[in-house]
Amino acid sequence: MNAQLAQFLLSGLTIGAIYALVALGFAIIYNASHVINFAQGEFVMIGGMATVAFAGAGLPLALAIPAAVLGAVAVGLALEKFAVEPARGASVVTLIIITIGASILLRGLATLVWDKKLHALQPFSGNQPIELAGATILPQSLWVLGVSLAVLLLLGLFFSRTLTGKAMLATSHNPLAAQLCGINVRFVLLLSFGLSAALGAIAGILIAPITLTSWDVGVMLGLKGFAAAILGGLGSGAGAVVGGLALGIVESLGAGYLSSAYKDAIAFVIILAVLFFMPSGLFGKKSAERV
Amino acid sequence: MDWRAPRTGGLALLAAVILVLPFALINNYWYEVAILIGINAIVCVGLNLLIGYAGQISLGHAGFFGLGAYGSAILTARYGWPPAAALAATTGGVALLALVVGRPILKLKGHYLAMATLGMGIIISIVVVTEDRLTGGPDGMSVPAFTLFGLGLAGERTWYWVTGGALLAAVWLALNLVDSPAGRALRALHGSEIGAQVSGIDPTRAKVGIFVISAVFASIAGSMTAHYSGFITPGKVGFFHSIELVTMVVFGGMASTFGAVIGAATLTLLPQLLTALKEYEMVVFGAVMIATMVFLPRGFLPSLMSELKKRRK
Repeated sequence: MNAQLAQFLLSGLTIGAIYALVALGFAIIYNASHVINFAQGEFVMIGGMATVAFAGAGLPLALAIPAAVLGAVAVGLALEKFAVEPARGASVVTLIIITIGASILLRGLATLVWDKKLHALQPFSGNQPIELAGATILPQSLWVLGVSLAVLLLLGLFFSRTLTGKAMLATSHNPLAAQLCGINVRFVLLLSFGLSAALGAIAGILIAPITLTSWDVGVMLGLKGFAAAILGGLGSGAGAVVGGLALGIVESLGAGYLSSAYKDAIAFVIILAVLFFMPSGLFGKKSAERV
Repeated sequence: MDWRAPRTGGLALLAAVILVLPFALINNYWYEVAILIGINAIVCVGLNLLIGYAGQISLGHAGFFGLGAYGSAILTARYGWPPAAALAATTGGVALLALVVGRPILKLKGHYLAMATLGMGIIISIVVVTEDRLTGGPDGMSVPAFTLFGLGLAGERTWYWVTGGALLAAVWLALNLVDSPAGRALRALHGSEIGAQVSGIDPTRAKVGIFVISAVFASIAGSMTAHYSGFITPGKVGFFHSIELVTMVVFGGMASTFGAVIGAATLTLLPQLLTALKEYEMVVFGAVMIATMVFLPRGFLPSLMSELKKRRK
């Protein structure tokens, strides 16, 4: 295989795995509540920035990372409790504005608690590039791919083997029926925000050593994650993963072969093109009608 | 005449406010704020037709605003067009673009529509930032003053009356449109698309039509901003400006033209007042956004109106 192509594919796969984790967060919250959480990107930011802060305070990475994930989960639960739950039953636009308000609030808090500078997180295991099929790959990229895969497997087990996971799936199919079966739908809603926050934070921590992190890193990552979730079809877990990887790879190829200045636009051009021909994404339920 | 009807009483009240307001504007800074409010209000009145009456969300209207601003700026500054011709050509171009993208985009529903409009807005803003030969890139570009028949429009006071007049015209147009057959068709669509279709309404035509009109409102407001401030930066084209505009519409109250004006006024004033808070500005702005949506999910004006009605009984 062409070495340059291999290089683009590898970097696309790495960033695609991050998009996939963020997109999964969107899908989980959407399934539980039909809310699109525009603050999803802020979980990514909190994960990265909190790890940097904890590591800077002298904590070893093995402790700083779980602490940062827990912090993000706490923020996710608070978001559900104080902003989304009180507005249940509000219109789609209202809920979108609430979560965007939350994302502005969280970014503001991040500049207060931390600062407005760029921060680097040390790679988990060295910075020595590894040769692979003529291309080089950073050890951190392997961490991204490995941890993402592990997270996906764990999520798969959670949704197929545990009672709580099955309760979440049931709620996503029909909240009323789920409630009649004795499922605590409000708890499922809370759990979905906690789980999504954890996914976002993990994504943010994994990518921080490669792309640096700062208070506003969540905006683009959040929007790309949303694009990936829509590309795969909203609410489909497999769709979110495929959408994320596809977006990462096409973006990397486009930036490499077409124009690096338009790298960020590529994702949105693709999403528009796909939606024009497949109004429910690649794997989505057919919900849009032709008019 | 029924002075309680929005088309007479409301419009008269708005005209009175515009006439009296200069007595309270103590210096040029407050004139600037008032002009900014007027321009945002024009965009919001148009956007409200789409979001409030037709029930279609757009997270990309800053893109149309930016195209209007940069269209006027580029045609006058780079190609030496007369401003009025540039304004007409830009408005026509934006209308055409809205017509072309509107058809496939408005087929989508709910979050898919949100994503498509958001993507469209982001693409426009990335193009503006990247094509720096034409647009000056992230640094922005300066724009010549607006002249018509050799008469130059300059100064805060002149622009105040121009903006005020344009806002009155926009509100008058919107109020008439809402009560026209086309407006009733839109409200029917908002209620039930199938029901509207059965009554002989062509949903695509109605939705695309209102999308084009709201894009034209935004584009004209953009052109006005460019000529008024004499300088334009990509900040006004970006995702956050789109969000700001939608927030103004929803805060004021969806499906209420005067609500859109009130929303624009409140949310334009708020950051001016919040600058005193310096580093706490973002936190407070975000908290206000959440709180108003949680406590007044229907928006300010409709909540106020129903409260007044209850009191009267």
